[in-house]
Amino acid sequence: MSAIVSAEGVSQVYEVKRGLFAKAAGLKAVKEASFTVEEGETLAIVGESGCGKSTLARILTMIEEPTEGHLTIDGIDISAGRSSDVKRLRSTVQIVFQNPYGALNPRQKVGAIIEEPLKINSKLSRAERREKAKDMLAQVGLRPEHYDRYPHMFSGGQRQRIAIARALILDPKILVLDEPVSALDVSIQASVLNLLADLQDRLKLTYIFISHDLSVVKHVADRVLVMYLGRPVEIAPKAALYSEPKHPYTKALLSATPATNPDDRGERIRLTGELPSPFDPPPGCSFNPRCPHANERCRTERPVLTEHGPTRVACFAVDEGRI
Amino acid sequence: MPLLTIRNLTVTFDTASGPFKAVDSFDLNVDKGEILGIVGESGSGKSVAMLALMGLLPPTATVTADELAFEDHDLRTMSGRERRRLIGAEMSMIFQEPMSSLNPCFTVGFQIKETLRIHLGLDRKARQKRAIELLESVGLPEPERRLSAFPHQLSGGMSQRVMIAMATACHPKLLIADEPTTALDVTIQAQILDLLVDLQRDRGMAMVLITHDMGVVAETAHRVVVQYAGQQVERQPVETLFDEPHHPYTAALLSAIPERATGDRLPTIPGVVPGQGDRPDGCLFNPRCSRADDRCRTIEPPHQSDALGQALCHYPLNTEEAA
Repeated sequence: MSAIVSAEGVSQVYEVKRGLFAKAAGLKAVKEASFTVEEGETLAIVGESGCGKSTLARILTMIEEPTEGHLTIDGIDISAGRSSDVKRLRSTVQIVFQNPYGALNPRQKVGAIIEEPLKINSKLSRAERREKAKDMLAQVGLRPEHYDRYPHMFSGGQRQRIAIARALILDPKILVLDEPVSALDVSIQASVLNLLADLQDRLKLTYIFISHDLSVVKHVADRVLVMYLGRPVEIAPKAALYSEPKHPYTKALLSATPATNPDDRGERIRLTGELPSPFDPPPGCSFNPRCPHANERCRTERPVLTEHGPTRVACFAVDEGRI
Repeated sequence: MPLLTIRNLTVTFDTASGPFKAVDSFDLNVDKGEILGIVGESGSGKSVAMLALMGLLPPTATVTADELAFEDHDLRTMSGRERRRLIGAEMSMIFQEPMSSLNPCFTVGFQIKETLRIHLGLDRKARQKRAIELLESVGLPEPERRLSAFPHQLSGGMSQRVMIAMATACHPKLLIADEPTTALDVTIQAQILDLLVDLQRDRGMAMVLITHDMGVVAETAHRVVVQYAGQQVERQPVETLFDEPHHPYTAALLSAIPERATGDRLPTIPGVVPGQGDRPDGCLFNPRCSRADDRCRTIEPPHQSDALGQALCHYPLNTEEAA
């Protein structure tokens, strides 16, 4: 296996106007994110709202270029590579968005939605495109007669299948899934997750699965990256993360996820407070105001990802053996 | 005597394509100080039933019931004025989207004090004091400053705390929480659920918790009602529901949760919840049920005994444990 995506110190800063005369402030949505994704695996990115996971998705799909750092996809550095190579990459990486109601144009028929990427990126004739789109409909579990219908005639789960079909029509190698099932009911969610698993087996896809739901992640992921306030705080294989979470934030997230077994009503780790404002993140470790293990060093220095067994974690308390 | 009694509640909406029964023969008893969970997928009528109880449905809805009583008040014959005196004081409700439930034009303090003025008739000074107490009791830092904040200045978690403060301002005997944590992150969700359970325990308040998240139900509820397509298909204590579901729908719903899955594919429920035009004969679940036979397709099932979770099914599951 080789790394198909590698990110080194990727950061994204947004300029935000804070009033007519005030100086624009820099909002660091993603800070110094470094990680790799192996070919054919599923990397899950988890974290709460505002932690930068959707920004990371936009960077990975080249909707936005990172303001700092290097991102290499399929052997091509997207900020330094030749523009023709980078253009080719756009069909290599595709994205499925969270809300299937908002991601499909209500005035286009399903067929037109799925064919649009082909129109732009290939030289196929109209008949060839049509055939390919119908074939793709079958692959995602829809029927060929759905080709001539409009998105409003479909349920949430079916719409997400259309969005998946559109993403797969250019034969991508990497699929970025930004909360693909969080808007769906449990029973629909299960069938979409099964479809994604089938497609991964059949087409040898690499998934970057962004979610805030740790029980869904446990089902789909090979490795998990936990983000907090724009920084990765823990990267670990799934088994290690769920059996031995290292970072206090990961532990809190796991214990806050409600278990569906009434006998498991255990003690929760109560996190106090909320996510700090990304405009003025706390000095030192960004988790320190909410962390039960924080000491003086955590409030002044910033921890970096270090290896502890299979896990890479950014925490002084773990480094020093305090927890 | 139960706190709240609902017998045979039916809600019908007049739509352009004819009447649509959103809630069908809904029965509910809530005792003092208990937490009752209502679970179901979207469109199962769980919110509509509670909105009918609160009198918050639009004029297109027709509400009928054999009994709709809160303590010794008959809600069906009450005048609007009397009912408004009860609602917000004796029973109150919090909604799914905290951001859109608060009025954006008024400060948080104004909105909390409005309740106190109308229901308790407190003077200005007493209102201010009580409002600060309330915000403290729901764990908002700097309550005095928050009173003059507008809703857009608060995060989702903080807005939901304000909603809870408002709903509990007059020490209600019954709190209806309609998906109180769905829009929130897991760590904030855990905080809000803890807060609700603490309030419920300290004040002996009864709570109806509407949710689609089985995990939330497992962690907080005492008794559970499972709702499907407007009907209650099962009623059970939470301890036994998760181990021995008696209705096939409950069983299918539980096994579709990724956390409980064993293989790498999730068991799914084929088909979708029936809508207005395609309600089947007999049992409403029969087109999606793997055990359905001709009897299910023609005859409406009865409610089984209490030991069988009052399952609305001809062939309930797990009968030997109950016997």
